[in-house]
Amino acid sequence: MFIPHTDSEREEMLKEIGVSSMAELFNAVPKNFRFPKLNLPPALSEMEVLAELTELASVNESTRELICFLGAGAYNHYIPAAVDAVISRGEFLTAYTPYQPEVSQGTLQAVFEYQSLIALLTGMEVSNASHYDGATAAAEAAVLAYHHFRGKRARIVLSPAVNPQYRAVLRTYMSGYTGLEIVGDEAGSSPFLSVDDLAKLVDMNTSLVMVQYPDFFGRIQDLTAFAQKVHEAGALLAVAINPTALAMLKTPGEFGADIVVGEGQPLGIPLSYGGPYLGLFAAKKELVRKMAGRLVGETQDEKGQRGYVLTLTAREQHIRREKATSNICTNQGLMALASAVYLSLLGKHGLRKVAELCYHKAHYAAEKIGKIPGYELQTSTPFFHEFVVKTPAPVADINLHLLDHGILGGYDLGKDYPGLDNHMLIAVTEMNTREDIDVLCEVLEEFNHG
Amino acid sequence: MAEPTVYELSSAGRIGVRFPEPDVPLAKLPAGLERETLPLPELSELDVVRHFTHLSQLNYSIDGGFYPLGSCTMKYNPKINEETARLPGFAFTHPLQPAETVQGNLALMYELQEYLKEISGFAAVSLQPAAGAHGEFTGVMIIKAYHDAMGHTNRTKMLIPDSAHGTNPATSAMRGFEVVGVPSDSRGNVDLTALKALCDDTVAGLMLTNPNTLGLFEEHVVEVLDLIHGCGGLVYGDGANLNALLGIARPGDIGFDVMHFNLHKTFSTPHGGGGPGSGPVGVAAHLVDFLPGPNAAIVEEGTDEEAPLFDLAMPAKSIGRVKSFHGHFGMLVRAFTYISMYGADGMRKIAEHAVLNANYLLAKLRNTYHVPHDRICMHEFVMEGVFEDAPGVHALDIAKRLMDYKFHPPTNYFPLIVHEALMIEPTETENKQTLDAFADALIKIAAEAHTQPELLHEAPHITPIGRLDEVKAAKDLVLCCWYPDQN
Repeated sequence: MFIPHTDSEREEMLKEIGVSSMAELFNAVPKNFRFPKLNLPPALSEMEVLAELTELASVNESTRELICFLGAGAYNHYIPAAVDAVISRGEFLTAYTPYQPEVSQGTLQAVFEYQSLIALLTGMEVSNASHYDGATAAAEAAVLAYHHFRGKRARIVLSPAVNPQYRAVLRTYMSGYTGLEIVGDEAGSSPFLSVDDLAKLVDMNTSLVMVQYPDFFGRIQDLTAFAQKVHEAGALLAVAINPTALAMLKTPGEFGADIVVGEGQPLGIPLSYGGPYLGLFAAKKELVRKMAGRLVGETQDEKGQRGYVLTLTAREQHIRREKATSNICTNQGLMALASAVYLSLLGKHGLRKVAELCYHKAHYAAEKIGKIPGYELQTSTPFFHEFVVKTPAPVADINLHLLDHGILGGYDLGKDYPGLDNHMLIAVTEMNTREDIDVLCEVLEEFNHG
Repeated sequence: MAEPTVYELSSAGRIGVRFPEPDVPLAKLPAGLERETLPLPELSELDVVRHFTHLSQLNYSIDGGFYPLGSCTMKYNPKINEETARLPGFAFTHPLQPAETVQGNLALMYELQEYLKEISGFAAVSLQPAAGAHGEFTGVMIIKAYHDAMGHTNRTKMLIPDSAHGTNPATSAMRGFEVVGVPSDSRGNVDLTALKALCDDTVAGLMLTNPNTLGLFEEHVVEVLDLIHGCGGLVYGDGANLNALLGIARPGDIGFDVMHFNLHKTFSTPHGGGGPGSGPVGVAAHLVDFLPGPNAAIVEEGTDEEAPLFDLAMPAKSIGRVKSFHGHFGMLVRAFTYISMYGADGMRKIAEHAVLNANYLLAKLRNTYHVPHDRICMHEFVMEGVFEDAPGVHALDIAKRLMDYKFHPPTNYFPLIVHEALMIEPTETENKQTLDAFADALIKIAAEAHTQPELLHEAPHITPIGRLDEVKAAKDLVLCCWYPDQN
């Protein structure tokens, strides 16, 4: 299996060490704690473990069997076969963090290309090598802003239309900073607070303002004027994005955003019950030294050959220890690679095509659902591939009914927004055919007729 | 010849993937919100596959060779892990699906929590943290939350031994703790006298790596824990070195209060060129309510005929969510697969052989390289990459020269408390022939250091690229391969 030692080799090795048994190697461990009896199931062979896990996996109903209209931060997209073929290569899969650049140029150049693709997609100047996911990237934006103003600006303005999980993680991260206030999404505030109203909360004590684009409800709007207001107060603007949407939409860079964060999962990463995903983080170049996470830069060897290294490492924990910009160590290397392969494969035309397919199909679905008696479309502003529908019954009940018909219904917004009981967030992607959407509408209508 | 970038390979009008034409009427695109250009490359599928295949060939990897990186536990990543994680029932489930449609996922998470509890001796485990440093962050938050709940407002100090990983002080500082260093004694243990002097009612806790980063089991671990607990602090265990303890000792039994696991080290999930990791956190009984969440739980006990009903639940006084959804599920499937294949006896065999391999290399190398804390080590050891009679040769030169012998260099210049450190962790999956060849290479390099030091200074000679100019990289800061405004 995975321990290759033969009995005779083990004996030879113990002899070389000068001990008579394996147990003797552990004399430093206090005797009363040594060699506990572990209660674990008996060891399985590869054949048995595959059978057991296949059985366990088959208990689930996956988006392979169900028609999926669930999004809310993780999206069902087509992943070309070449993505997994590349990231399954042992040379990428089983390599360590590229601290030794001479034997890690593959990973380093791939990350460098990832940084380039993300910077260009978001319209920003620099991207780091990734964070754990969209939520932790959002939290790191708040940490950056806090340090950017040396802790002197104590307010963070958070749109209630930022993904609730991002906001929750941001709060967890920032809970260690005393005196900090987070406003905009307090309990009781309107979930659909306009950016004009949000801008009223921005003051000279604000370090960061975060909005989402398209927002959690799928809506898109021009943020140019809003960005100006944020900058007039001297604060930083962070925009949480969906990377697929940016194939067709004006970039946060064009609006003047200082930081862009986002969930990179739509870029060729399987749903995999929530992870591993990919935290996108891009910014203006002037913030680069305050960014957390790894960065790859281009340079040369002594012969003048182009090569890549981890750079600005003086920001990082293994050098700076308690003065580091973050404790981040591992990032999402393989997921960043997956998204670089996905973006290279789809390219200029493919990603735009996927975005437009999502857009047209979502609009077809919204229009059709809006016409079903009892269902009311709540999204009047332009939207991308998600929209809110007011339902005639609790969302959980409707979803149970949809499930009976092989449909994974939309997200129950009442879970995060007390005022939004009976509101469903529906996501449509290129994976949904017109027939899927028609079936959804039929079943929704049927439910209403009971 | 350097491999061109995807942008250099791009050719206008080339298509990599075709998608179906829309089967619905076209909607009007949002006025004034459309982007004008999308600066992505244009390549065929073969262009892309060949490019990334070329790049992969520039990498060193476990599949290709020995990776003796201290503190990184670069063990073999079984291929079956990749197959189980890709089972469609796992890989294509949405994280927000109703619990009744994902009972397989929840059962796996619940069982993995149970396995990790059993292996570590802790009362509860959360699988949410995304990596080791993230688990540490979570653990330190739990310590903070515990003291806050107890009204201990004066406990502001985190004690950290000087041998600790850099993440320990960085994490503590992130949580607003004052970092106080604790020196090591001549045997590589925490200096008990110095520790005693620091123990008072301002101590929130101690972050202890055991075995420590010298690869040594903390000989006074019980006394150290007693001192901290005696002054009202909690002890955080850095689980980076857990591979040495599987089936040997359980940190929870010894008295650690909280610890993170590195599934990507100890439990064989691949490093992927720098992630994704997975850093579950285990806690003792008095900290269970503070865990992050949600975590897998049984909501309805099973019967003889029926499986229990699983769901996700938030602990009572939870520190909150530390990431989206429920952790790196794909990594959890891999770790679960690995543990299932070893069972209880197998766990102990992993640790025994990891320790055997490290001590075998130590025995073969101690006469050539100076080992400052020379006693039976655990899964790794630290030696000095410097020779009194070969001045000018540094650990870095030895590390780079190893590449010419087709080995990945060991971790170097860490831990900071050893001069010119070379930190070697072979793991249990390497065979004796590989270890012999590696020791031979290091012994030859030591000879070269005396006779032909230029061979070391100019190394590596056989890699795709030579030593790179890191100063230039930091000065020029070219972080993107193509800037539209330059064209």
